[in-house]
Amino acid sequence: MKLRRMYALSIRHLYLIRGSFPRILDLIYWPTIQIILWGFISKFFTMYSDYYNNTVGVILSCAILYDFLFRSSISFNMLFLEEIWSRNFTNLFVAPLKLSEIITALTFTALVRTLIGIVPAVLLMSPLFGVSIINLGAPLFLLFLSLYMFGTTLGILVTSGLLRFGPAFENTAWSSLFLLAPLGCVYYPLSILPEWLQYISNLLPLVYVFEEARSILINNSVNYDNIINALLLNLIYFSLSVIIFYFSFYGARKKGTLVNMGE
Amino acid sequence: MSIKIKNLYKNYKGFEAVKNLNFEIKKGSITGLLGPNGCGKTTTIGMILGLIRPTVGEVLINNKDIEIEKNRISVLEKMNFISPYVELPKKLSVEENLIVYGKMYEVKNLQNRINTLCNDLNLKEFLNKKTGELSSGQKNRVSLAKSLINNPEILLLDEPTASLDPDTGDYVRSYIENYAKKNNTTILLASHNMSEVERLCENIMMMKQGKIIDEGTCEELIFKHGRVNLEETFLKLVRE
Repeated sequence: MKLRRMYALSIRHLYLIRGSFPRILDLIYWPTIQIILWGFISKFFTMYSDYYNNTVGVILSCAILYDFLFRSSISFNMLFLEEIWSRNFTNLFVAPLKLSEIITALTFTALVRTLIGIVPAVLLMSPLFGVSIINLGAPLFLLFLSLYMFGTTLGILVTSGLLRFGPAFENTAWSSLFLLAPLGCVYYPLSILPEWLQYISNLLPLVYVFEEARSILINNSVNYDNIINALLLNLIYFSLSVIIFYFSFYGARKKGTLVNMGE
Repeated sequence: MSIKIKNLYKNYKGFEAVKNLNFEIKKGSITGLLGPNGCGKTTTIGMILGLIRPTVGEVLINNKDIEIEKNRISVLEKMNFISPYVELPKKLSVEENLIVYGKMYEVKNLQNRINTLCNDLNLKEFLNKKTGELSSGQKNRVSLAKSLINNPEILLLDEPTASLDPDTGDYVRSYIENYAKKNNTTILLASHNMSEVERLCENIMMMKQGKIIDEGTCEELIFKHGRVNLEETFLKLVRE
């Protein structure tokens, strides 16, 4: 892999963000609105729920973690969709870029894009609601890493669909995460789900991340088993998504969808 | 660099887009690929670029099979492409687009290369302008600059002057002609503009329904089919 080529693909998207104030505003706007909304909901539950009693910021912290996951995934998809919308897609695939370079460059650029949106929201949490996500302590980094890996995995899977089936797959890009959110137990414990659904949920790294976040904030104890389970599952899913991406690329070459792909 | 196509077929769900293509384009020559819409020109170019996987056959660039991933990347480093159906990101300035592609192709002394191309193609005054704000003639020149950014040894031109006014079209043709002579570039030109093909191409291949139905120099083809110019020769061949 060559760093200069990956850097080129990254700056293509960073130029795009830098050159448009409405685009930056759009990146910041949704996470901020999300935090304000969940901030008030969180405040309400803190005051009136036995489960969340005296545990200020559990819902709000989970909301920010979920938004980070959502933005990671959407950012990856958006970077790819930008190429389709701008009809630049073919130029990219006739450039000497390896698939591994494309995946790596988009993964890191998606992180930058996500952080632009999420950091202001995180900074607002404290003055507005007296909550800081830093309360999660050192494991916070591992939780973020897990969510970032899962978000990227979903991004790669949706991108594989775009490669294979063309722009018609775009709607799936937007809906993929909404499908998994109920099973991810973002705002409620796993035990709320029916037993048969718990078996399915246990296959998602999200469950371990959010169970662990709640456990740290409510019980003040860290269970590294949850964190390790989440990371291991992520590693498996990420590897599978990369394999699927390669297959989709070769499928797209066979089908001819790489030529003139655009709206 | 030379292009060699051996026994090339492409099927899409039972439809044969390209059938048994065999040809060779020698280093430094300009070859025209003519044919009606849907005859397989874009599919052929797509297979040479490695964007489409042939059903059967081989695409050899400098005797390297581009189906091998390592070869595909090393060949793409020395190849480039322009098509009116492919655009550069509209929200990026001309300079940003050229920087992005220059870095992607690992061009050395990139700023010098950008300056040279922009001087040659009269793009200096548009460097800071968003690509989407340019006229179609100006955009075409930016796409041409992008396609030459890596000083390609092989250039694939898919209707490079489509939708351009005669003056800009003539300018682009002259530039390509001089550039190819100066740099000994191998060019495959797919076009519907017969005067363009007559002017630029040493050799012409006529395609119809996925096959090459005739080839030769412009004069040879006109003489062989008893017509007065390439356009009439083209019409005779595609209507037969």
